[in-house]
Amino acid sequence: MINIFEVNETNKMIEQEKLDVRTITLGISLLDCGDSDLNSLNHNIYDKITRLAKDLVSTGKEIELEYGIPIVNKRISVTPVALIAGKACTSPDDFVSIARTLDRAAQDMGVNFIGGYSAIVSKGMTHTDENLIRSIPKALSTTERVCSSVNIGSTKTGINMDAVKLMGQIVKETAEATKENNSLGCAKLVVFCNAPDDNPFMAGAFHGVSEADAVINVGVSGPGVVKHALEGVRGEDFEVLCETVKKTAFKVTRVGQLVAQAASVRLGIPFGIVDLSLAPTPSVGDSVAEILEEMGLESVGAPGTTAALALLNDQVKKGGVMASSFVGGLSGAFIPVSEDQGMIDAVNRGSLTIEKLEAMTCVCSVGLDMIAIPGNTPASTISGIIADEAAIGMINQKTTAVRLIPVVGKDVGDTVEFGGLLGYAPVQPVNKFSCSDFINRGGRIPAPIHSFRN
Amino acid sequence: MNKSIITVVGKDTVGIIAKVCTYLADNQVNVEDISQTIVQDYFNMMMIVDTGRSSKPYSEMVTDLERIGDEIGVRIRCQREDIFEKMHRI
Repeated sequence: MINIFEVNETNKMIEQEKLDVRTITLGISLLDCGDSDLNSLNHNIYDKITRLAKDLVSTGKEIELEYGIPIVNKRISVTPVALIAGKACTSPDDFVSIARTLDRAAQDMGVNFIGGYSAIVSKGMTHTDENLIRSIPKALSTTERVCSSVNIGSTKTGINMDAVKLMGQIVKETAEATKENNSLGCAKLVVFCNAPDDNPFMAGAFHGVSEADAVINVGVSGPGVVKHALEGVRGEDFEVLCETVKKTAFKVTRVGQLVAQAASVRLGIPFGIVDLSLAPTPSVGDSVAEILEEMGLESVGAPGTTAALALLNDQVKKGGVMASSFVGGLSGAFIPVSEDQGMIDAVNRGSLTIEKLEAMTCVCSVGLDMIAIPGNTPASTISGIIADEAAIGMINQKTTAVRLIPVVGKDVGDTVEFGGLLGYAPVQPVNKFSCSDFINRGGRIPAPIHSFRN
Repeated sequence: MNKSIITVVGKDTVGIIAKVCTYLADNQVNVEDISQTIVQDYFNMMMIVDTGRSSKPYSEMVTDLERIGDEIGVRIRCQREDIFEKMHRI
């Protein structure tokens, strides 16, 4: 039988160490919504989303109340829109109307973000894909809740460098289109390599084609819980350190599994996966950077940071895998700069640079995330950074992503406020040397040798 | 069987258990076990209860107990047992 100490431990995690379920994301397939008439297509999309998601928020709140665990976000992901709109959308503006439909559906369902305004162009780009990509700046500047992602490479296909070049321009155009709001549009745009089909986390969530009609995916969190556990083993060796992270990750993930199953039963929608993640927020005590510093680093970015992050990421997975029957998504520690007070402090102290962050992305989940850079950074430089991250993902068979915000009118030394969970960020310097001749070559980087396993 | 855990944390005062138990009895909630400790002068009580025969909607019970806690100056939480079972038992 459960005893008072165990109950107190769980409730302390929730009340003092900010344990929460970061998101319940309802994935919805739009593959059966296709129509050659744009109005009918929009109508079908709105109908399907609102039919399946009508109880999402109320069910999430019910679970929160009954188990006493906060569920921070309830969100929706849909099939990459480029896959369903080919017949009806013949121009970028046609696509924008779909973005508005998604926005309206999300608003009416009471969710703050809807993901899947996406295209998968890892090997080649269809005319439809290109139209969707070119519509992104307008779509993100005229909607509030829509999140967009583009997959430009994979270990199996190599990297589509034409798409990488185009995405550098699109990131710039999105920044310009949303310059009144500190180029906030770019916070809702992710460029991926090896994007997973079942990621519940925004802005990169979409409902992949390998998925069922509808599915519940859950993202857990709990950097504060891990940090607190590590405070109890200061000075101990790495075996003790790793065991402590692993056991804590197990406990955190069990809550995610419970919430996922409860949501699945109550909504009558199959459970997909739990994403084993440490997702920080800007509030103090909810930081991945603080975990790394608790391990013994003076400030994140110091030598040893990559090793510390690697062991954290690995132990989170080892503990989490046993706690959940299905694991997927991005699974690992997130290192978004603006959403993590410890990362922000480290940048301000001068200990954390984009180059070090790039190294860190080799060993953790995702990539260069929520980093503000000078607004005058050339598109080709952004493409170069995207290509570097994609290469790391392609060669290491992992997901990588880039979510950079070239803030119009801002330069190194300025700070940019995004608000809410998106936090704030100091503008970080970017290498000034050009890579435009490299980016302008066009074409594809072939798949790496270790992708040929057949 | 519908087990829940009720926890009461706060400054010790007369009648905490009585108030909570009266509410539970009025709503056909059976108390199966009570344990309590004093941690740093704070009253710390846990009850294992069965809500299976109660006709009260669960969410109302959670908010009612919270309100009773507010009235007597303690924090009362009512949570389904699964969250503790899942976290602490394999």
